[in-house]
Amino acid sequence: MAYVAVKGGEQAILNSHRLIAEDRRGDPEVPELTVSQIAEQLGLAVDRVMCEGSVYDRELAALALKQAQGDAVEAIFLLRAFRTTLPRFAVSNAIETDRMAIQRRISATFKDVPGGQVLGSTYEYTHRLLDFDLLDNADAEVTRAELAATPLDANCPRAFDSISDEGLIEAEVPAPGKASVFDLTREPLALPAGRDQRLQNLARGDEGFVVGLAYSALRGYGAAHPYVGETRVGDVAIEVVPEELGFPVSIGDITVTECQMLDLFAGSDDEPARFTRGYGLSFGKSERKAMGMAIVDRSLRSREYGEDVKYPAQDEEFVLSHTDNLEAAGFVSHLTLPHYVDFQGDLQFIRQLREEQVGSPSTKEAAE
Amino acid sequence: MIDAHENAAKRGRQAYNFAYLDEQSKRMIRRCILKAMAVPGLQVPFGSREMPLAYGWGTGGIQVTASVIGPNDTLKVIDQGADDATNAVSIRRFFKRVAGIETTEKTDAATIIQTRHRVPETPLREGQVIVYQVPSPEPLRSLEPRESETRKMHAYAEYGLMSVQLYEDIARFGHIATAHSYPVMTHGRYLMSPSPIPKFDNPKIANSPAIQLYGAGREKRIYAVPPYTRVQNLDFEDHPFRVQKWRHCCSLCGASDSYLDEIVVNDSGQRMFVCSDTDYCATRRDQGHVGPEGEGRAPFGSLPNSKTE
Repeated sequence: MAYVAVKGGEQAILNSHRLIAEDRRGDPEVPELTVSQIAEQLGLAVDRVMCEGSVYDRELAALALKQAQGDAVEAIFLLRAFRTTLPRFAVSNAIETDRMAIQRRISATFKDVPGGQVLGSTYEYTHRLLDFDLLDNADAEVTRAELAATPLDANCPRAFDSISDEGLIEAEVPAPGKASVFDLTREPLALPAGRDQRLQNLARGDEGFVVGLAYSALRGYGAAHPYVGETRVGDVAIEVVPEELGFPVSIGDITVTECQMLDLFAGSDDEPARFTRGYGLSFGKSERKAMGMAIVDRSLRSREYGEDVKYPAQDEEFVLSHTDNLEAAGFVSHLTLPHYVDFQGDLQFIRQLREEQVGSPSTKEAAE
Repeated sequence: MIDAHENAAKRGRQAYNFAYLDEQSKRMIRRCILKAMAVPGLQVPFGSREMPLAYGWGTGGIQVTASVIGPNDTLKVIDQGADDATNAVSIRRFFKRVAGIETTEKTDAATIIQTRHRVPETPLREGQVIVYQVPSPEPLRSLEPRESETRKMHAYAEYGLMSVQLYEDIARFGHIATAHSYPVMTHGRYLMSPSPIPKFDNPKIANSPAIQLYGAGREKRIYAVPPYTRVQNLDFEDHPFRVQKWRHCCSLCGASDSYLDEIVVNDSGQRMFVCSDTDYCATRRDQGHVGPEGEGRAPFGSLPNSKTE
């Protein structure tokens, strides 16, 4: 019997693979999607996969999406599994988001800020009405936006720098005595976690979960009253310092979304009232993620500010252990694996308990 | 397949219903509004619909506006007091498109004013309706996150917790530490959030001749303050309610009675203060009022300018 089950299992697996291939391809009459089409036209899906897959590569992320039939978590899985195989040849300098080729920049704290508000490409002010014209192929000329006469300033100051000067916003200082940053992809989570671990965890964390937690903190299961100090999207240079050269060399640009949330802190015995910060950074255009991350980051700093830790979004262990969608999805889906042996054990145990508690079930039924 | 696509395209080009929502949905919302008007300050649950803009961007306000607006209405939409803010522009465009109604930036000329975070400086009058976009209708939410609990607290008018919160503020800071969404008692019965308007605007809610409707789409609640209704700001005898004051007047129109926004003018952190109510500021300047920096200064991108439409 056992021998047959193994052979049958192998056949089932092979057939399952064929079925996925067939499902993925869909109707052969419809032309096949190319990876470059996905990279160009499903850009936001690609950005999410790059962000949570922790690999900045549009082509690979698009390939993963194609293979995964557009399922973001499955695509992230494929990309992370590939990432594992890559050697690490350098650690870059910290990116300078002050120097950014800005595509979008919004501050909700001051009406007009030096450098200006830049709306950029956003769905925010589109009315969410289905555009039936998209059923036909759009004309490339029609979709082209008009360019401004002058380019944006490449050194755009932080929107809230001017109130930072008054000390009304907490200063961003590196943690003392830390030379290198924790690497969550190489080391296990260590609790209590430093902010570097937390931010990495949230950056790789599931967008839906992180945003859901942020929402809970805003809605009452938390103490968040944040303002978007600034959200900016744009391209930044990645620089590395090769040992043999000793000076930084730019190895390319990446698009990032950065969010700084300001949160009212009413002060404590040791600290004056001020705005505190939450920080979010994501690859590509992933504003929802960066903002959710910034809110959760601030929530997780509750203890640091002597605030009560009462809610899930403020609980570091709870949040950091559950953000990763591959871990979550894997553990949930493992339930489809056979559990014959443990189930048999539990079944026996329940029978035993019932017999001890109310006598044997069969006699009880007979009595009724 | 091609036919199906063409049909869908045709369907999409057909006009939407007047004011977007179907008549049954509007009727359901109007019933909730009537109930809300009959019991001032009571949060009436309603079957909030998915709207073509994001939750938190005014879906409640839009549904309320869509349900009360008629073809002869004139709509004004403001966001933080400004008619030219992106969200205000977007919502105004939406109603122009789906209801074909007149729009205005003049508080005087509007029959319906949809607002986010401000009550206009110009006093409202009978016959006008002001629709507030409400992100968090539950004034007790920050004290008790569970809806099942807060509903009981409202039912028993058990509002001690809020008084304790205000008292704790006074014990800690010497004054009540709430600058906006300042809680009010409506008609002596229901504790109500006036939406996140600055407490500066709270006195305008009390005894207003206009109908005030509050719509929270995400939280699926509608509440109302009928005309000439008693609305009291929670306070203590020895710590009476007070509104914000500025040492400045409006840099552009010189008003000293309006809510001012702080504008960062340059990299060295210089500020100017201007009316957040753009219509009020522009109207005053048209009447010849000039603030300390009112003339000869190039206005910034989103600052109110004095041109009339």
